Amino acid sequence: MQFMASKQPENSLLGPESDSQRTLYPYVTGTSVVALKYKDGILMAADMGGSYGSTLRYKSVERMKPIGKHSLLGASGEISDFQEILHYLDELILYDNMWDDGNSLGPKEVHNYLTRVMYNRRNKFNPLWNSLVLGGVKNGQKYLGTVSMIGVNFEDNHVATGFGNHLARPILRQEWHENLSFEDGVRLLEKCMRVLLYRDRSAINKLQIAKITEEGSTISQPYSLKTYWEFSAFANPAQGAVGS
Amino acid sequence: MFRNQYDTDVTTWSPAGRLFQVEYAMEAVKQGSAAIGLRSKTHIILGCVNKANSELSSHQKKIFKVDDHIGVAIAGLTADGRVLSRYMRNECINYSFTYESPLPVGRLVVQLADKAQVCTQRSWKRPNGVGLLVAGLDESGAHLYYNCPSGNYFEYQAFAIGSRSQAAKTYLERRFENFADSSRDDLVKDALMAIRETLQGETLKSSTCTVAVVGAGEPFHILDQETVQQMIDAFEIVGEQEGSAAAAGQEAAQPGAAVADQGGSTDEGVAPMDI
Repeated sequence: MQFMASKQPENSLLGPESDSQRTLYPYVTGTSVVALKYKDGILMAADMGGSYGSTLRYKSVERMKPIGKHSLLGASGEISDFQEILHYLDELILYDNMWDDGNSLGPKEVHNYLTRVMYNRRNKFNPLWNSLVLGGVKNGQKYLGTVSMIGVNFEDNHVATGFGNHLARPILRQEWHENLSFEDGVRLLEKCMRVLLYRDRSAINKLQIAKITEEGSTISQPYSLKTYWEFSAFANPAQGAVGS
Repeated sequence: MFRNQYDTDVTTWSPAGRLFQVEYAMEAVKQGSAAIGLRSKTHIILGCVNKANSELSSHQKKIFKVDDHIGVAIAGLTADGRVLSRYMRNECINYSFTYESPLPVGRLVVQLADKAQVCTQRSWKRPNGVGLLVAGLDESGAHLYYNCPSGNYFEYQAFAIGSRSQAAKTYLERRFENFADSSRDDLVKDALMAIRETLQGETLKSSTCTVAVVGAGEPFHILDQETVQQMIDAFEIVGEQEGSAAAAGQEAAQPGAAVADQGGSTDEGVAPMDI
């Protein structure tokens, strides 16, 4: 039997690996995740859309998942890579539980583990095409961090991925404060998600809000936001435009 | 212990269900100079006796810092101890790098124990001839563990290993109930007293002993000689007053300790593994 060598352009800088073995571009993607710290823990919001290029193909994708007892992970970007990450974390938490010794990995540890994973993949030119948000509470300490597909990581009082950075964070910078109540936190997140719904073409009007506190995590049932399209500027958008 | 036909190989059982090579390895621990450890809720103290081969040489390093929150004192084959310390440091730093969090002592100790067990089940290896007193802090507080060459590990409130450790153990047994709430300085004093017990009459000097501390908010470090000497001087004075009262108790303890030393082997020979 003859084996075909994988085809590679002569000028490839990457040596003997075949291009099909590494991520070149994402296929099914999720859009922004927004999260903030509030009085009792972390609140996180993400819509349930999975886009296939410009098509809004999947509308029930859960982009936020609980990790262990103390953390919540939200992801934007390639959904299959998110599932892969969940698989790694599943194993991580499993081994952590198997020690059965009263110690457990908190959100800081999970965040750093993810940073190592993302950065190492980036170094091999085979990234996991995601921007991750990791939030949690352990021993009264709230933690909220983010990691990008190239391994850039940091913590803050409020974080977002993708378009959320441009549309939601300015709102959060103005209106976030320490010790938000649960209702105020949700209201603030919904405000951000509404702006994203209006302005991000890959956003869909079906979202979930997740909360994590010392007691545990809950992810809400999917629901939609009320929108208003009767702004006079929308009524006749081309009025006054050049050439109309 | 006497030689017999089942002790050539670590992978050979005796008819009584013993692995003699492992037991011999534990003998090596008993021959090493003493190391002691004790803990309160917030601090752990490690101490050891430093025996130099001759007046010309320096003494061996028997206490190692493994990480800011973990330290180890060894007794037995110091070379084996050094290698294991390097393994522990490696594990700690790798965990720190991946999780940005200190490795819980309890997990390090289990990893050490599993490593030791491997050497009891491979014909081309030998058990480590070193006992480790691992002191560390984690989420649940201060811990002191003893890892033995057999691959067993135990948690202790206070413990002593090495030669003449029985004297220190006796002292610690009398006092351990107070340790949980002791202050850091009282703990150090108790450690020095326990070390003094193992010297059996020799003067306790900071040049012949080493003391290390780790506690909440206090990274693991070895106390310098002057500090140790000051503490020795501080309680030695009090010790002299107690000396006459304790003298009677000491004389009773001494022959007991001597018997324990020689009889120790046959005593522990009946119960094969450290239980």
